[in-house]
Amino acid sequence: MTGEAVPLPLAASRQGRSKRARGIWSGFSRLGVTLFTASLAMIFLLPLGYMVLTSIKDNSQITALNAPLWPASPQTFTAADGQVFPLYQVPLETGAVQNLALKTPGRIVSVFIDPATGQEIQWKGNWRGLSPVWSGIEPKLDNFTTVLNTLNFPLLLKNTLIVAILGTIGAVVSAVVVAYGFARFRIPGRNGLFLLMIMTIMLPFQVLLIPQYIGFRAIGWTGTWLPLIVPHFFANAYNVFLLRQYFLTLPRELDQAAQVDGASPLQILWSVIVPQSWPAIVAVALFHFFFSWNDFFAPLVYLSGKPELATMTVGLQAFSATYAASGTGYLTQAAALMAIVVPVAIFFVAQRAFMRGVVISGVEK
Amino acid sequence: MVIVDDREKTYVPTPRKGSLARRETLWGLLFLSPWLIGLVVFTALPILASLALSFTNFNIIDPGGLRFVGLDNYIRMWTELVTNQAVGQSLGVTFRFALMSVPLGIGLALGLAILLHQKLLAGKALFRTLFFMPVLIPLVASTIVWQGFLNGSTGWLAQILHAIGLPAPDWFQDPAWALPGLVLLGIWGIGNMMLIFLAGLQSVPTELYEAVKVDGGGPWARFRNVTLPMISPVLFYNILIGIIAVAQYFTQAYTLDPQGNGRPGGSTFFFNLNLYKEGWTYNNMGYASALAWVMLAIVVVAALVLFRTSARWVFYAGGDK
Repeated sequence: MTGEAVPLPLAASRQGRSKRARGIWSGFSRLGVTLFTASLAMIFLLPLGYMVLTSIKDNSQITALNAPLWPASPQTFTAADGQVFPLYQVPLETGAVQNLALKTPGRIVSVFIDPATGQEIQWKGNWRGLSPVWSGIEPKLDNFTTVLNTLNFPLLLKNTLIVAILGTIGAVVSAVVVAYGFARFRIPGRNGLFLLMIMTIMLPFQVLLIPQYIGFRAIGWTGTWLPLIVPHFFANAYNVFLLRQYFLTLPRELDQAAQVDGASPLQILWSVIVPQSWPAIVAVALFHFFFSWNDFFAPLVYLSGKPELATMTVGLQAFSATYAASGTGYLTQAAALMAIVVPVAIFFVAQRAFMRGVVISGVEK
Repeated sequence: MVIVDDREKTYVPTPRKGSLARRETLWGLLFLSPWLIGLVVFTALPILASLALSFTNFNIIDPGGLRFVGLDNYIRMWTELVTNQAVGQSLGVTFRFALMSVPLGIGLALGLAILLHQKLLAGKALFRTLFFMPVLIPLVASTIVWQGFLNGSTGWLAQILHAIGLPAPDWFQDPAWALPGLVLLGIWGIGNMMLIFLAGLQSVPTELYEAVKVDGGGPWARFRNVTLPMISPVLFYNILIGIIAVAQYFTQAYTLDPQGNGRPGGSTFFFNLNLYKEGWTYNNMGYASALAWVMLAIVVVAALVLFRTSARWVFYAGGDK
């Protein structure tokens, strides 16, 4: 006790110095850790950078060797007689590199024109090994117009929004109602039912899909949006779980007060529970919206042969199957970029509510 | 009605409370009814129907030709398994993928979560958002992005590797590299697991770390003796979710090869690609149901193994779960 309480003066001063040193040290490690994380994040998001930059390039640049990272065009030279020749970076015998216009390509000897003087120059070597002269930043924004027209983007957007919004309404309303039932009512066998619901999360979808497909086909729903919307009006286990956890944290006194005032359970849900639960309800709405935007298997099988009803992912996949194979990868990247703009924008606006929802439904089991 | 009365007597003693309890139960069941109806119509009946269908030759184009074929579908699957045809090949691809992607994804998600949990890190919220973001990108789009990014000549990864003098594989054109390419694509989606790990890390009481410090333990001891046991429940959950995700793997493989052959050279011929082909290209829905049931059985066995072993390594702090 005494040893600690009365430190020697020397020890005190050493402690003071080491505290300062520690402050500097922690500043450095703070910077180091943050820079390390930032570079990891950059590597992690590099494919996005690839998508964005490729989407505003054209084919001549993508297939060229040593092309610049930014979107650019190969430069040309227009001769006095109006003829247009591509410009190349040509290494001369003197060791200098000059930008020359290629007039007559040859495997052994090519003829170039010096754009400054207009003189012809014989050059020995294979012109195919030369790099073109690139312009400054020239984004090819018509890629997006091309995609807009060939992909019929407005139609896909409209279809996807209809399916996603109607499904979201169903998912939210049904999950709120069911979660309220699980959170506030004593029902014989409630815990068993709840466990059963959690277990359905583990079912691989394939085992349900074939009979569902046969059933929907039997009632004439294939080739319509109904199979993509109606099942979501019957409460998804994840969403119910999330909302129930949230409802359980709400104080019961308000419910009881409303009950004493003669409110029915439905009125209590609407005027007491729901107003307190917006963060969780928003999370569920976002879950379903993103799920719907991403969903692929169901629209693929239910909307097959109905391109006028196709959703974004199905349209994008069909576009990619046609264009990626024909070497127009930049158009596919442009299409992918257009398909992700809406979910990514919504995510950035609402990321807090969304990520909190992920955590609640994942952790509290 | 009589049955309900019987129950009341066993559950609640006084008659007045009994009618209240009955009203509460009725209201509760009313609120549960959307899920209960959905459970029957969209889950229970389909499961039973697909089991029944798996013993038939049901073809959706020719429903009249429906015949009970006993174990024929399962025998065909077994034959294809042992001769390494479609079923054997696709199970092999799916298992190989699971063995690569589940441990790697979980390890990286945990590593990222620990990094983002560092006290020293500035801008935590921003980094969390950035690392999570790819989860929101529809799988068709992210597959397209990675197809381009990993392209052996024009993709950025190849160009970076070439620039530093390393050979670059042509991922999705090379049967040996296509599956690892999909593993990379999968790593893009670890944001969910990362968030769940992060929440697990945040719930570890700091006193426990202090205790290890007092005992003279270093970072490894802290991780091994405090972090790992304390987050074992979320680790368990993430492994389970990871296995289920592999069992449902389809969109990425289908985007790579819409013919459903698992290009290149069958190296991405996932189980569900085969199921889709049988069910929707050849309309063999009886056989596809048998395939679905085998996948269900595999998932159930994997989950049971996980639950059985969990007693040994999953630690519940509250002890009440």
